[in-house]
Amino acid sequence: MAIPHFMASGMGGIRSAGDLVARMEYDKNMKVSKAKEYVAKKLGVSTLDIADEHVMRDLREELKIGVITGVPGAPRGIAAKMNIEKLLGIKINSCEKFREQIR
Amino acid sequence: MAEYYTRRGDGKRVSMTREAVLEDLQAGVADAVDMGGVTQLNANEIDHLLDIIIDKNRVVGVEPGMEVVVTYDIGQLDFTGDNGNSGNGVDVGRLESALLHERALAADTFELAHADYSIKPVKPVISNEMQTMEEIQNEIIIPYFYGAMPNMGLYYAPDGPYGNPADLMREFKIEEAMAAAEAAAEHLARDIEFVSTRLVAAGADGFNFDTTASAGDADAVGTFRGVEALRKACPDTYINVGMAGESIMGIHGMIEYKGQVAAGLYPHQQVKLAQQAGADVFGPVCNTNTSRSLAWNLGRSVAFIKECTKVAEIPCHVNMGMGVGGIPMCETAPIDAVTRCNKAMVEVAGVDGV
Repeated sequence: MAIPHFMASGMGGIRSAGDLVARMEYDKNMKVSKAKEYVAKKLGVSTLDIADEHVMRDLREELKIGVITGVPGAPRGIAAKMNIEKLLGIKINSCEKFREQIR
Repeated sequence: MAEYYTRRGDGKRVSMTREAVLEDLQAGVADAVDMGGVTQLNANEIDHLLDIIIDKNRVVGVEPGMEVVVTYDIGQLDFTGDNGNSGNGVDVGRLESALLHERALAADTFELAHADYSIKPVKPVISNEMQTMEEIQNEIIIPYFYGAMPNMGLYYAPDGPYGNPADLMREFKIEEAMAAAEAAAEHLARDIEFVSTRLVAAGADGFNFDTTASAGDADAVGTFRGVEALRKACPDTYINVGMAGESIMGIHGMIEYKGQVAAGLYPHQQVKLAQQAGADVFGPVCNTNTSRSLAWNLGRSVAFIKECTKVAEIPCHVNMGMGVGGIPMCETAPIDAVTRCNKAMVEVAGVDGV
């Protein structure tokens, strides 16, 4: 079911900004239009652009928040999520746990 | 008269005229209005649904800018599971599965799951699940939940410690049946708290409660109490509550959550209890009738779900798997049907995610 749902209406996860919009829905209970506006403002692009792979691919690499292709040296996992925390102004549980472990 | 390819609720391809599709759409909507007391869709909305269904293209989609979040249930079991879960039977690891969903399948969120996908069997392997959660959180970027069904049926005989209400009711032991359901609900709430708080302590972004109320009203109440306990213990965790059907079955009949009888509640009423319990996102459901057409099922589903999104204070991610949300009830759902139902839910029902 993953492919037809993505093709019909999916944001696209880290292909674009789907993970960021999802975080705002869950973290702040924002409905999708408000979550998209919030993310677009933080990224400095339009709400149309945040689901556009052509815009988001390079922007994600520039912001170090994770891309779908294997780029040596590009942050993934916790490192990318720590950059997402700063970008969106939220705390992410796994990052908090990581910080607790290195204190 | 021109005919259009469409589907029956069991997935079989049929052809129907525009007039026949419209008639079924209106009948499906009328059924939801009659059954759930939801608002009738207006003429423009019905026309839009009709256009979506009779679109000549094999695959349809929303307009650019209308995209929504796609969340998942069942985690890696869509790769590893058997056909009972529409799984591929590919024995891939849980880390690899999560990263493939993130980097190859465009998932906006994903989740870790036990092979039985139920709360109860996670308890004896909780340390294993916590360790795997910690490991995958180090690598993944998208919100990564732990997912499980409350599945309160596992607490009844012969699988669990409490008498089976179905058996007890057959013997006219009504009070015993109600007492068994209440005890099982309490046990379920305790188990939810035990499992979910540990997974959050291991770094999970949150918890996805899938197929809530599959064992009826006491299952719903036990789950809401468990969600409440999780919210109290972990105020910032992400909580998704997805349901099992458009109406909560009254197996107990009188059990309440926060003064509200749970039996017989429809999505627009269920969401209010989920909100009170502490859910961040609600997953409304409308089941598919295999004897009716896709048009009938989609009209009915959109009417139910639109009413839910209208009253919800939190985002709604409609359930759109095999046999829900207008999608035919079959193991391998046809792509034409899935994309039509998806587009209809986003553009007419106004969902925040799928």
